[in-house]
Amino acid sequence: MKALCWYGKEDVRIEQVPDPEILNPGDAIVKITRTAICGSDLHLYDGYIPTMKEGDILGHEFMGEVVDVGSNVKRTKVGDRIVIPFTISCGRCWFCEHGLWSQCDNTNPNAWMVEKLAGFSPGAYFGYSHLYGGYAGGQAEYARVPQADHGPIKVPDELTDDQVLFLSDIFPTGYQAAERADIQPGHVVAVWGCGPVGQFAIRSAFLLGAERVIAIDRFPKRLELARQGGAETIDYSKTDDLVDTLKDMTGGRGPDSCIDAVGMEAHGTSMLAKLDRAEQTMKLEFSRATALRDVIHACRKGGTVSVIGVYAGWIDRFPFGQLFTKGLTLRAGQCDVQRYMEPLLQYIVSGKIDPTVIISHRLPLEQAPHGYEIFRDKQDDCTKVVLTPS
Amino acid sequence: MTTASIPRTREAPRPPTPSRARAQATINVGAVERWASLIGGAALALYGVSKRSRGGLLLATAGTVLVNRGATGHCPVYQRMGVDTARGRESRFGLPGIHPVAIEHAVTIGRPREELYDFWHHLENLPRVMTHLRSVTPLGDGRSHWVAQSPLGGTVEWDAVITDDRPNERIAWKSADNSEIANTGWVRFTPAPGNRGTEVKVHLVYDAPAGKPGAMLAKLTGESADQQVREDLRHFKQVMETGEIPTTKGQPHGPEA
Repeated sequence: MKALCWYGKEDVRIEQVPDPEILNPGDAIVKITRTAICGSDLHLYDGYIPTMKEGDILGHEFMGEVVDVGSNVKRTKVGDRIVIPFTISCGRCWFCEHGLWSQCDNTNPNAWMVEKLAGFSPGAYFGYSHLYGGYAGGQAEYARVPQADHGPIKVPDELTDDQVLFLSDIFPTGYQAAERADIQPGHVVAVWGCGPVGQFAIRSAFLLGAERVIAIDRFPKRLELARQGGAETIDYSKTDDLVDTLKDMTGGRGPDSCIDAVGMEAHGTSMLAKLDRAEQTMKLEFSRATALRDVIHACRKGGTVSVIGVYAGWIDRFPFGQLFTKGLTLRAGQCDVQRYMEPLLQYIVSGKIDPTVIISHRLPLEQAPHGYEIFRDKQDDCTKVVLTPS
Repeated sequence: MTTASIPRTREAPRPPTPSRARAQATINVGAVERWASLIGGAALALYGVSKRSRGGLLLATAGTVLVNRGATGHCPVYQRMGVDTARGRESRFGLPGIHPVAIEHAVTIGRPREELYDFWHHLENLPRVMTHLRSVTPLGDGRSHWVAQSPLGGTVEWDAVITDDRPNERIAWKSADNSEIANTGWVRFTPAPGNRGTEVKVHLVYDAPAGKPGAMLAKLTGESADQQVREDLRHFKQVMETGEIPTTKGQPHGPEA
């Protein structure tokens, strides 16, 4: 089959590789009908995630038709049309049973590796480095889906692939960010980053009762999409002081809830942002925490900060004193996708959310390397690339 | 159970119950000399490996042979020459200055302890979760024969005796008196708070290839006994909770550039 393989920084290629096979009794094989490039794939593309190996198949947002199942798979059947969560989870450990699917104890074959680095291991993800399991991803014609009975959901025939594909990651991810922001009726919510996850966070914040949402980015197309979702917008590159601007827009209080949908590769215009960029380039710090600092500075006293952008390792100049003195609540974490797929599917069925609005490019799988380039560089107003295997 | 990490190589499997006479005959190097072989050999091996050259490889090989000599107390050259410096060997745990290595790890498994005890009690199940074990064969009367993969290639074998067996609570064992690899251990099953299943704790003490140099050598060969126990417990949990051990072996991969 054809698959998109990683070969290094800014080097991804379509290669001919063997078809996947059932390796464990809980596995299924899907013939992929639609897949996408995620913003977090760009961290791999830019070479910021360690333990990648040449030839690794990328991709963790995908769906398709089940063509084979292992001997222990009972619920998922050959012929089912399923969306696969990017988190691989067993559904039977304490964490899965308590909704913390992304922290699954039983699915990462390389748990020891993360434990050596961090002292603990989360679950595993498709196509996202050997630290997180080393599983082959879904930017391919076929994929092996471990734990096929514990996560993937069947989707109704009347919905198109483009409508349901984002249940695999970015819709639940954006929704979780909003859910963890503790939004109450009358709240003003600020969202940093108007990429795909930010767009879903904006829309989810309204679903959860926000009165106003203020969205922050610098790319006009993304800000326009945010406005279409009902948000007011700030182009931070055109403000002198983002935190001041937010205060001015909220009667001097600051937003009640602040969502960081940017993560470790933040851009920014301040001196600190430039220092972060230099330090990250020199490998002195893992993550550029420009957005995270702003979020803490801007949030109103006693408010909630919800971090969904991906961070890794250690961060310098983290304003913990501010966080403490303002009495902020800080929530963070990778998305527990399985927990949200069914309820969010209902929002799509009922028409309350149309996930397709964020798609800017539909390309054949063969053009995935081009997709990575334009998505990373935001060329051609690129907001989201979906890929179709031929 | 984790004695596989002990770098005691054998070319061929031996009969299940080794005779005491044979076990004694294999040790012909005295304690002080064994220590010297271990430390010197490990240093030589590490230095050799660090050179990353053909010469380094030779040094590393020589170092490994020395470590093995220290670890096992057996020197084939002495044997051929008819030399024995081991005179009056005592306890297998009793090499002067050697502290046996103790390992202890715990894991919480979301299953009732009766089930976990039952799995463990049937020792022949253990190779399912302990990937370095080739086989465990019950011999009756609480005795069993263990065959494990050696990190240096080949296999290691020993006999074990159950010394304590409290249903659903604890199993303790020690290597048989005539075993070349001295080890003792226990596994304990206690209910976890908040209906979380069972806390499983494993405690293991082993001798030879004594202490730190042995651990150094184990690292060198990519196997650390400590890590092995962690992985064994993790696999035990995975099999009991999900019925499978996660793997990516055999999945597709792009050609290497």
